[in-house]
This record gives sequence, structure tokens and C-alpha cells, in this order.
Amino acid sequence: MAMTKNNPQSILEEVKQFVDEDIRPFAADFETQQALPRELIQKMGRKGYLAASFPEEFGGLGLDPLEYGSLVEEFGKGALSTAMLLTVSTGLVGETLIRWGTDYQQEKYVLPIARGEKIGAFALTEPGVGSGAKDVESAYVKVGDNYRITGRKKWISFGEIADFFIVIAAEQSSKAVSAFLVDRKLEGVNISKMKGLLSCAASQLADIELTGVEVGPEMMVGKEGMGFAGIANFALDYGRFNVAWMGVGLAQEALDVMVTYARKRSQSGQKIFHHQLIKGIIGDTVTNIMAARSLCKEAARMRIENHPDAAIQTTAAKYFSSTVANKAAADAIQVLGANGCSSRFPVERLFREAKVLEIIEGTSQLQQQMIALYGANKYYQPKRIKEI
Amino acid sequence: MSMHEQIRNFIQDNLVVFDDEVEFSNEDNIFELGFVNSLFAMKLVTYIESEFNTTIESDEMDINNFNTIDNIVNFISSKTVYQ
Ligand SMILES: Cc1cc2nc3c(=O)[nH]c(=O)nc-3n(C[C@H](O)[C@H](O)[C@H](O)COP(=O)(O)OP(=O)(O)OC[C@H]3O[C@@H](n4cnc5c(N)ncnc54)[C@H](O)[C@@H]3O)c2cc1C
Repeated sequence: MAMTKNNPQSILEEVKQFVDEDIRPFAADFETQQALPRELIQKMGRKGYLAASFPEEFGGLGLDPLEYGSLVEEFGKGALSTAMLLTVSTGLVGETLIRWGTDYQQEKYVLPIARGEKIGAFALTEPGVGSGAKDVESAYVKVGDNYRITGRKKWISFGEIADFFIVIAAEQSSKAVSAFLVDRKLEGVNISKMKGLLSCAASQLADIELTGVEVGPEMMVGKEGMGFAGIANFALDYGRFNVAWMGVGLAQEALDVMVTYARKRSQSGQKIFHHQLIKGIIGDTVTNIMAARSLCKEAARMRIENHPDAAIQTTAAKYFSSTVANKAAADAIQVLGANGCSSRFPVERLFREAKVLEIIEGTSQLQQQMIALYGANKYYQPKRIKEI
Repeated sequence: MSMHEQIRNFIQDNLVVFDDEVEFSNEDNIFELGFVNSLFAMKLVTYIESEFNTTIESDEMDINNFNTIDNIVNFISSKTVYQ
């Protein structure tokens, strides 16, 4: 049973404890086992964490974006794949269905996510289509009232265990891109686990083959033709908000380890913290994390206000915090020296996990382009700056 | 400022083409002309909701409500009159 939002602060305190006891000590094991334990996912569901951002009428904890962001940060500190589960099932899928789904879709998919009974995954990327996602090649045709989908999706987080997917596909003659809910048990759905990943093995990525999968009209999310401009963009915006906070969490975890190690480890008769160059690394990491967290908090505040620039602020937060996470994890390895390269210390895993943040929900290069376009309009001053 | 001007200004602030002389009429399809990208639809939804104090429902998220200045203005007018 999910808690009601009587006190977000106590929920966050409880999450910290949960991460300390149930997640952080096992983060490396999750990766070795290439899965999050089912009991852990069920427990996260029972505690309401998988619906933390959902309004209470959808069985959620009703956390606002600022509170929810802090919750994602905690999971990001503990084990990235637990935060990935929130990003995908709660954010990309759940929040998108709350915003754009029909009553039927919300009843059938959102409420079970909130109860921890179902996991949703988001299937946009394909073997040949990544950053240029509006050109998806998975195709659908109308057959009577139904839609028949054929195509292949790749890199789908939690695809191995998800109960259902939001699948983005295009109608071949009109090129209309639409979004569909597809149950994993439907005939023609073939799921294979992806192996040999740099990190996030516990995010249970899968390759999904769809061969003439037939769904009814009630399974279309949003209007026909709005699958990319509408549904996918909104979903990716929720996703980016999660990833931004995940980056802060991962960087903070790297900092915690780096500081603790530097204060305990001695070389040449003094703690390494006292070496000026190590202080420089730590000072920069603290500052970068403060800046990343500020960007995330501003994005959260703008989301609370429904500000039209909330999406671009979220993009900037995602871009910056994933960069900071990579720098913090690499610097943590530097501070730990050879121990940083050993799986006995968590920074080796953080280093591998951080890279993923610069790729998912749009690569850093795509974020830079979106931010540059925004800047090109906002800061263009032809009347003031004439001598060019 | 009329609603047409207000929407035109909003679109102009979100163009993805940087020709200072770019022109479009109230009937031009700004998506088909490539003047805005697909992210614009999301931003426009948020803008309409916050600026005109309304909520866009799932069945209203239709490109035909958002692709020309006239269509956007008609859509907002129909919603605000209805409310
Ligand atoms: C761990 C993990 C989990 C994932 N989970 C999901 C999921 O749940 N659902 C899902 O649908 N997808 C998922 N993905 C896929 C992910 O969204 C894509 O990998 C991502 O969008 C990039 O696409 P790509 O890998 O095909 O790279 P490409 O698009 O081929 O890009 C390769 C390089 O070219 C650059 N590039 C490409 N286009 C441009 C451009 N226009 N301008 C400048 N540079 C450009 C990129 O920045 C990148 O550096 C996941 C990926 C990973 C690694």
C-alpha cells in the first residue's frame, strides 16, 4: 500500500534508509546477476516509490517535482538501475499515460504500476534509428479497426521483464508517427535480453521484435500522428528530468567516496586530502555538484509552475549533470588511485554507469543542439550589437 | 496585443530557421515549412496552458490545432469561450 503524502520529508528520510539497507550494499551484485531482484522491485512498489510522482488519485505518493527529484537522486546514489526503473516505468511510461492516456489506459496500466504489479517500458530506439528518432522504421497498418505493428526495437530498458511497452511506430504511406500500448504476452512479440553491456546490466535491456502484433484502437496513446511530436517528446522530457537527478546522485556518491578515501588514506606521512592538488579536485567536484543540483532544482520549480521553458531548463540540467557525473566518477578514480580501478570500491562501477547518462534520453550532443537553438533565439540582439 | 500577435511572437521566439527576413502568414503550416521542430509542439502546449489558464486534453493534442497561427488562435478561442 502506498503512503499518503502526509510528509514528503519523512518519505525522503525513509528512502535514504531504504537505499542504505536494501540497495547500496547490493549494487555490484545486481550488475553481476544482470537483474534487479524481483523482491526488491516488489518492495519498491509496496512502498509507493514506483509511483512516487503520481498524484494520489493514481495511487501515488503525490510528490512534487522537487521532492520527486530528491528521491531519484537517492536511488541514483544507491544503484543506477533502480533509478533507471523509476525513469522508465514511473517517468517515461507512467507520467506520460497520466498526462495523455485515456481513462481505460490509466485504469489498465497506471494503477497497476502504482500498486507495483506491472512494469512499463518505453520502446522508441531501433537498430538503425537512435538520435533521429522521429524517423522510426517500425511500421503499422490499419486492419479494420485495429492496428498491426511490425518492426524491431533495441536497447529497451527493463524490456526483459516489462509487462507492457509504449511502442512508437510509423504508418508507412502517410508517415504519421503514433504511440501504442503493447502487452508483452501478445502474439508476435519476441523479447531477447541484451548482454555484454558496459554497465546497467541490471536495467535488463532487451531487443524486441514485433511481427504483425495486433492491437485495438483503445491502445493508441494520444491521437494518430502525435506519437513523436506529442507522446515521445513529453515522455523524453519526463525521462530527462529523471536522468538529470540521477546524474546528481551518481556524482554525489562519487564525491562521498572520494572525500572519505582522501581523509583516510595516507601517503608520504600525510592524509592525501592535504595535498593541494587533491583539494583542487574535491573543491571542483563539490562546486560542480552544487551547480548541477541547482539546475535540477530550477527545472523542478519551473515544472511546478508549468513554465513553457521548463523543458529546456530540464534539457540543460540533464546535459550538465550527466557531464558532471562523468567528471566526478573519473576524478573519484583518480583520487583512489589503483583502488579506484578495483571492483572492491564502488567508483569503478560509477565510472561505467555515468557514461550511460550522456547517451540515454538524447545524447549530450543532441541536448547541446536544443540548448543552442534556444540560445540563438533568446540571446539574439541585432539592434544592440550592430558592428558585425 | 491581439491573440494573433501574441502567438506570432511566441512562434518567432521559437523558430529553428535564422533568416532575419523569414515571413509566414497566419495560414502557413509552420511545421511543414520546417520553421519549428517537433519539440515546439510540447512547448506550445505548455505555453497555451499557462498563458491562457486552460488544460489541453488528450483528444485535443492534434497537430491540426497547432500547425498555423489561425488554427492555434481558433483552438485557444474555442477553449476559452467554452470555459
Ligand atoms: C543503457 C541504455 C538504456 C537505454 N534505454 C532505452 C529505452 O528504454 N528505450 C529506448 O527507446 N531507447 C533506449 N536506449 C537507447 C538510447 O536512447 C539511444 O542509444 C540514444 O538515443 C542514441 O542513439 P544511438 O545509440 O543510436 O546513437 P546515434 O544516434 O547513432 O548517435 C551516435 C553518435 O552520433 C551523434 N549524433 C547523432 N545524431 C546527431 C546529430 N543530429 N547531431 C549531432 N550529433 C549527432 C550522437 O550524439 C552520438 O555521439 C538506451 C541506451 C542505453 C545505452
